[in-house]
Amino acid sequence: MNKPLRRIAIFCGVLVLALLVRTNYIQYVRADELNSNEHNRRVQIERYAHERGNIIVDGEPVTGSVETKDSDFKYKRVWKNGPMWAPVTGYSSQAFDSSQLENLEDGILTGSSDQLFFDRTLSMFTGEKKTGGNIVTTLDGAAQKAAFKGLGDKKGAVAALDPQTGAILALASTPSYDPSVFAGNSFKDSDARQKLLNDKDKPMLNRALRETYPPGSTFKVVTASAALENGLYTDIDAKTDSPLPWRLPQSTNLLQNEGSIPCKDASLREALRYSCNTVFGKMSHDLGNEKMIEQADKFGFNKEVFTPVRADASIYPKDNQPQNAMAGIGQASNRATPLQMAMVASAIANDGKLMQPYMVAQRQAPNLDVIYTHEKEQLSQPLSAENAQKVQQMMETVVKTGTGTNAQIDGVTVGGKTGTAQHGLNNSEKPYAWFISYAKTDSGSPVAVAVVVEDGNANRDDISGGGLAAPIAKSVMQAVLDGKK
Amino acid sequence: MSVVTNTTTIGAIDAPSRRNTELALVAFAVLISVFAYANVGLAINGELPAGMLGYGLGLALLGGVAHIAVRRFAPYADPLLLPLATLLNGLGLAIIWRLDQSERFQQTPNFVAAASKQLLFSAAGVALLVVVLLALKDHRILQRYTYISMLVALFLLVLPMFFPAVNGAKIWIKIPGVGTIQPGEFAKIIIAVFFAGYLMVKRDALALASRRFMGLYLPRGRDLGPILMVWAFSILILVFETDLGSSLLFFGMFIVMLYVATERTSWIVFGLLMSGAGAVGVAMFEPHVQQRVTAWLDPFAGWGKLAASEQMAKSLMAFGSGGTLGTGLGQGNSDLIGFAANSDFILATVGEELGLAGMMGVLLVYGLVVERGVRTALAARDPFGKLLAIGLSGSFAIQVFVVAGGVMGLIPLTGMTMPFLAAGGSSVIANWALIGILIRISDTARRPAPAPAPSPDAEMTQVVRP
Repeated sequence: MNKPLRRIAIFCGVLVLALLVRTNYIQYVRADELNSNEHNRRVQIERYAHERGNIIVDGEPVTGSVETKDSDFKYKRVWKNGPMWAPVTGYSSQAFDSSQLENLEDGILTGSSDQLFFDRTLSMFTGEKKTGGNIVTTLDGAAQKAAFKGLGDKKGAVAALDPQTGAILALASTPSYDPSVFAGNSFKDSDARQKLLNDKDKPMLNRALRETYPPGSTFKVVTASAALENGLYTDIDAKTDSPLPWRLPQSTNLLQNEGSIPCKDASLREALRYSCNTVFGKMSHDLGNEKMIEQADKFGFNKEVFTPVRADASIYPKDNQPQNAMAGIGQASNRATPLQMAMVASAIANDGKLMQPYMVAQRQAPNLDVIYTHEKEQLSQPLSAENAQKVQQMMETVVKTGTGTNAQIDGVTVGGKTGTAQHGLNNSEKPYAWFISYAKTDSGSPVAVAVVVEDGNANRDDISGGGLAAPIAKSVMQAVLDGKK
Repeated sequence: MSVVTNTTTIGAIDAPSRRNTELALVAFAVLISVFAYANVGLAINGELPAGMLGYGLGLALLGGVAHIAVRRFAPYADPLLLPLATLLNGLGLAIIWRLDQSERFQQTPNFVAAASKQLLFSAAGVALLVVVLLALKDHRILQRYTYISMLVALFLLVLPMFFPAVNGAKIWIKIPGVGTIQPGEFAKIIIAVFFAGYLMVKRDALALASRRFMGLYLPRGRDLGPILMVWAFSILILVFETDLGSSLLFFGMFIVMLYVATERTSWIVFGLLMSGAGAVGVAMFEPHVQQRVTAWLDPFAGWGKLAASEQMAKSLMAFGSGGTLGTGLGQGNSDLIGFAANSDFILATVGEELGLAGMMGVLLVYGLVVERGVRTALAARDPFGKLLAIGLSGSFAIQVFVVAGGVMGLIPLTGMTMPFLAAGGSSVIANWALIGILIRISDTARRPAPAPAPSPDAEMTQVVRP
């Protein structure tokens, strides 16, 4: 009986060998595939097993991590003053993933980015506790606070830039939300998130980057730039060829001005000071759709902007003549994000150079070593320095003696432009109040702001860029200037 | 009669008994298990676990008692079987204890810590081993109980049909106050006794009285009877108890023993054909089996749709996350598998926390147990002992393959337990008894032959003198 016994022994050996091969196959060959499987909860557990790195403003973290007991995810994200910072940080939830900076810089924040390879390898040997790296933002805490407070319970957004570098100084959006309420993965978190999603005021919408509004009269500075750049007009104080009333091309409709303002043949400076629709509408028509598009593109229109958080593309449309004339005064299909209008203001303030907007100044390894520093980068040159200074003069007149007097700051040169954008079918909805501006000191301009207030509560006639939006812009500029002292 | 005058080839010089080797190995096995405890405690709570001493002493006591019993009642037994079993049992205890510490399990409503119970069952198992060694002076006594064994085994196998199914399989019987028993685990041993006794008597008839047909020896109808009966029984178990594992185990064991008894390859061919036919036939209308097969073919496809698939996928992910060296005991997440993590799926914890290296080690330990069993069968001098030893070690090998292959996705999952490693009273007790019988057979096999009777020829040999 020994011969079959030996064969059975071989058979048993084959069984064990099959198991050995199989265990090698799944634990070695397929390990990576299994470890990255979407259903593998270990990925999540590992992800939340360490303290997440922080997002830093003015040297202080605006985020944090707290230990949780109620699930196998050890750490949960918390925010300091969540509603104020949510448009900058985005959210990071155990159950609902993450957004914006929390999402884009996730590799650094969790500490798993390849950029941290050496750091990780080092701490493997030193036995240091694993934590994530930090993201140092360009934001200015005081400016952000001024923007958020200024908006208050009104619906709207603020974007502020440093014109010389493109650094984003403030990015506020109201109504906002506290990302902390759904950072966990309990039913409570899920309910809180659902409530936010169902809210008709869309608190989770980042209005500063992801909402496009008709820019209204604030767009007239772009039209003015186009006129100067294309040589349609050269002297801002010379009379323009602007009949009043002016009939829209290919149409019987007359373009109206707000109230009876002196717009007939008004100079560029005066037209901007009073915000003459007729002058700028005709200017846009005289330049033509193509040139207008060209100028708008130089300011960054028709393209998404990555800060690195994506901002929606603002649109200056290809259109027929009457529509192009309307687009030239910021109506019709012309759409801009608050960030875009802040870029317009900053390019003018920076003598025509448009800098790439950014909000990540540095990435830090967990041991605070800087592994990335942003280098300022010019995006384009929408207008010559000479022409930029001309537009500056026009905008400064607006604040000194025009519609933007509410933005005046003692001892500081401020340039601005108001806007009251009509929207809705036949102007049926309440208009948006716009204000774009910049402040200027001896060493150039440290801040440019765009403010939009879409206030459904205000009395219709009270809504104007100068009344609602300019004070907010002023307080943001003031905060930045105070910080520079 | 002095040894010197013996002129036969078998020397009567005492073969080394290797009892001290066994003792050292048992101590080593206990030590490794205690280290495993310390590891788990340090990883989970940052301190040496309070129960470490208790478990360590308990395990040392079990190993010690078993060793003394072997030294006393089976002095020539194979020195590896006991240490290997002790190592698996001790490692199992440490891993079960580790799973007891899982917060995920502790939060489930009917959580019961299993480790202390398992230690108690292990004690019962070792006690049974001692009883086997003490009461079974010679394994050939079991031959007398061939047909009684058959009746007992049938009774045990049929019993669970009258109890409600647990998790889709009717393999448990519930005795109020005592707990649940898995009679299949015991039936495995008793059925081996029956097969060994039956085949020893019938082997010549089965082997020789057959007709040759297309290169195969076709058995006679009346000899085919018992095989058909076993086949039918396996199918019945599968259908009525939806227990894929047991039916595979019994049928496989029978084929192995039949082959060894008859030395006819044709029996294996018949066996495979019949098991194949049976499996396909049952799979056609048994949803439980179909589910298992679906889950095996593509575990991730059934995610969220089929609980069996999800569990299979989770098991694979546990193995995958272990990688080469594992996460370290207490530092993995194999408890994500949930239900049956400490019984059917305990190998996934080994895979995740001890890694590929640990898995290979554990599989080789199982391989060694089987190898020692087969070696015992080879060494046994009587056909009954040979058949019984190969039956027991063969069934052990099949069980290891079926369970490990199941949780690793090599074959469909069957729902049996990893011998010694998994939590479960019936399993650990029955397997200790199995080791006890193997130790007994190996003792008989390795015992030096008694000094032969003085040969009359010896006297007549004349010394040539110069």
